[in-house]
Order: sequence, then structure tokens, then C-alpha cells
Amino acid sequence: MKKVNWWVVISGVCVGIASLVLTLLGNPKNMGFCIACFERDIAGALSLHSAAKVQYLRPEIMGIVLGAFIIALITKEFKPKAGSSPATRFVLGAVVMIGALAFLGCPLRMVIRIGGGDVNAMIALLGFVLGVFIGTIFLKRGFNLKRAYNAPLVEGYTMPTISLALVVVGLIAPVAIKMSVEGPGSMHAPFLIALAIALVVGALAQKSRLCMVGGVRDAILFGDFKLLYGFVAIIVTIIIGNLILGNFKLSMLSQPIAHSSTLWNVLGMMVVGWGSVLLGGCPLRQLVLAGEGNGDCAVTVFGMIIGAAMSHNFGWAGNPDSTNELGEYIVGGISNGGKIAVIVCIAIVLVVSLVNSKKEAKSNG
Amino acid sequence: MVDARGLLCPMPVIMVQKEVKANAPQTLEVLVDDVCAKENVTRFGKSQGYKVAVSDTDDGYKLTFTK
Repeated sequence: MKKVNWWVVISGVCVGIASLVLTLLGNPKNMGFCIACFERDIAGALSLHSAAKVQYLRPEIMGIVLGAFIIALITKEFKPKAGSSPATRFVLGAVVMIGALAFLGCPLRMVIRIGGGDVNAMIALLGFVLGVFIGTIFLKRGFNLKRAYNAPLVEGYTMPTISLALVVVGLIAPVAIKMSVEGPGSMHAPFLIALAIALVVGALAQKSRLCMVGGVRDAILFGDFKLLYGFVAIIVTIIIGNLILGNFKLSMLSQPIAHSSTLWNVLGMMVVGWGSVLLGGCPLRQLVLAGEGNGDCAVTVFGMIIGAAMSHNFGWAGNPDSTNELGEYIVGGISNGGKIAVIVCIAIVLVVSLVNSKKEAKSNG
Repeated sequence: MVDARGLLCPMPVIMVQKEVKANAPQTLEVLVDDVCAKENVTRFGKSQGYKVAVSDTDDGYKLTFTK
């Protein structure tokens, strides 16, 4: 099991390069690719939340879904399936998103931030690994969201169709959506170039099964490092790229769109790691599986978008560190409501883990 | 026989791992219904010293482990 799977490594390198290029073309720093942030921006563009600085119809999300969809059709892996505890998955999706936005990034952005020298993300990685570890304990204890069943074609086509519709809206009717005029939402690569890059990333991620959670999870569960090579490949690529571009800055402070409130970075990413293990994959993987026709993963993505909307409507998302008019450094972090939300999310993930971990014999009786 | 159809990874591999640990069977049949599970279970079987034969079924694949 120690043999290197080069598809995963190539995918990791490509995701790393894609992130660097998207940043050069206009995406926010250390946010070339972030599934949580971009779904949050889409939630804003669709007016599901009203945080004016984070609203944009990010084509990267639709590109990943459509890239995975196209390659799955070509390789005959497209298979409409659904029915594996969809409501639970919706809730877990929202919970994962609330945790991610407390930290200000999904596992992919955590890796990208690490590659930029963001020490907060390096510390958050400990929380993420702890969350994945706790999740694997429940997997070993019999955690199971039950099986999915073959579903009608329309179920599998739902997410790709929504993605295509959003691309069309972004291209021909951008006035129909909300777009930030300042802040991270206003910073973006050209729409079609970002879409094209994401199509390639989606196809590669589908082919290689790239998953930020799967790497750590499989290493813990089976001593299988296949997916972890992709995780490492992204970090190495981003570090090299940032060193070349002069963007590598090893520090906790003044990192782009990041806060240095350590406890909440750690707890936020713990929720993300734990919840994603229960879901069977990180936010990126959920998009790819939704593109392959998995209706349960599509529901998870919808849950994530609602979680993002709640985070911003209720002010639970992290506030980046900043500098005031006097030049004083202001540590950001999350509001008291956000702290309570993260703790409630931990409780929800724990309850979901416990109630779905019964032995098969008991659950059948 | 392990029926792991309809389950996302890593569940199929965990189910097979449990069966292998508990009973160390000389032969084992595993049903999966997607390519990712087929690849992962095959890789796991080989890592445990099994030969793995793959055949198509109506709704996926049957993996046959033999020592």
C-alpha cells in the first residue's frame, strides 16, 4: 500500500498550480481555491446572506462539479444514487461549513494557507487531524449513514444542471445576482478562465479521488498513504510557488483573510475534520461526487450553502485580523454567537456520531 | 460475503477489514457498486496477501479474494 499513486500527486500539483494562477489572476491571496469560501460567496450572490463583501458567483464551484460530471460520463462512472440519510447529511454539511467559516477556510484553503506560511493554518491542522481521528474512532465503532440506492437519471443530473444554469446566469445575466464591490468577493479571476481551470481540477479530482480528509483518514485507518500524497503535493507546490513569487510569509499575524484566534481556528477545523469523515469526504470531494451523480452529496452541498448563509446572517463567521486607523493590530476571531455556534456544531457532530454508531444487530432489532 | 453496495468510501474497506481481522477467511466475496470502492477494496485485499479477481455484476462488481 506504500506505492505512490501518481494520479493523486499530479492532481495535487495541478490544484496547487491552479490556486497560484487564480490568485495571480485576481482571486484573494491564499484563497486561490477554497470550497467553503466560494460556496459562501455563491450564497451571497444568490442573496441567501447579505454580507456585502462576500458575494460573487464563483465559477470554480460550478467548474469542479461540471469537470467531474464530464469525466464521469466519459469513463462511465456517472451513476445516479441517493438515499443515504440525506437529512443527516444536509445538517452535517451545514455544520462543516459553520466550522470552516469560523476558521475562514475549508481543508483545501487550510492547505493553501499553510503553503503561504500562515502559522494559524498550521495550528488549525492539529484541530483538523484531531477531528479526523475522532471521526475514524466512530467509523471503527460501526458508524454508518446506511447505503444509497440507484436513483433516476434526473437525480444525478440535478447538481450538474444547477451548476450549468449558474454558469449561464454568470455569463449572460450577472445583473440578476449580487456582486461585491469591495472585499474578498470583489477580488476574482476572469469568469471564463476560472471556469476552465476548475473544469480541469474537477476532472482530475474525480479521476484521482483527491480528498483532503481522505488522506489523513486513510493513513490513520489503514496505513494507506495514497490520498495523503495529494495533500502533501498541494502544500509543496504552493510553498515553492509562493517562494518564487515572493508571497511566502511565515507568521501568525497579518495573514490574508485570516485571524489569529487560535482556539477557534483549532475547534473550527476540528468540526470540519470530524464532520467530513462522517460525510465520507471533504467539501471538494462532495462537489466531485455530486458531479458523479450522487444525490446525497448534492444535498450535502446544499447544506453547506445554507450553513454559509447562516454563518453570515448571524455573524458567526470569523473576522480577519486587521489594523485600525492608529496602526494598531486588531486580532479578529469570532463573535460570542460564533463561539456558541461552533460548540453547538461539535455537540451535533457528536450526537450524529453516537446515534449512527449502533451495532448492526441492534439497529436491525 | 460482504455487501458494501451503496456505501461511500471508506465504509467498504472498513467492512472488509473487519471481516478479514475477525475471521481471516481463505476466500471472501465482496459486492461493491462503484469504481472507487472497487479500487480501494482491491488495494486493501492485495495489501493483506489476497489475490483479487474482479467480475461485473448487474449493479456493480463482485470482488473475489483468495489466499
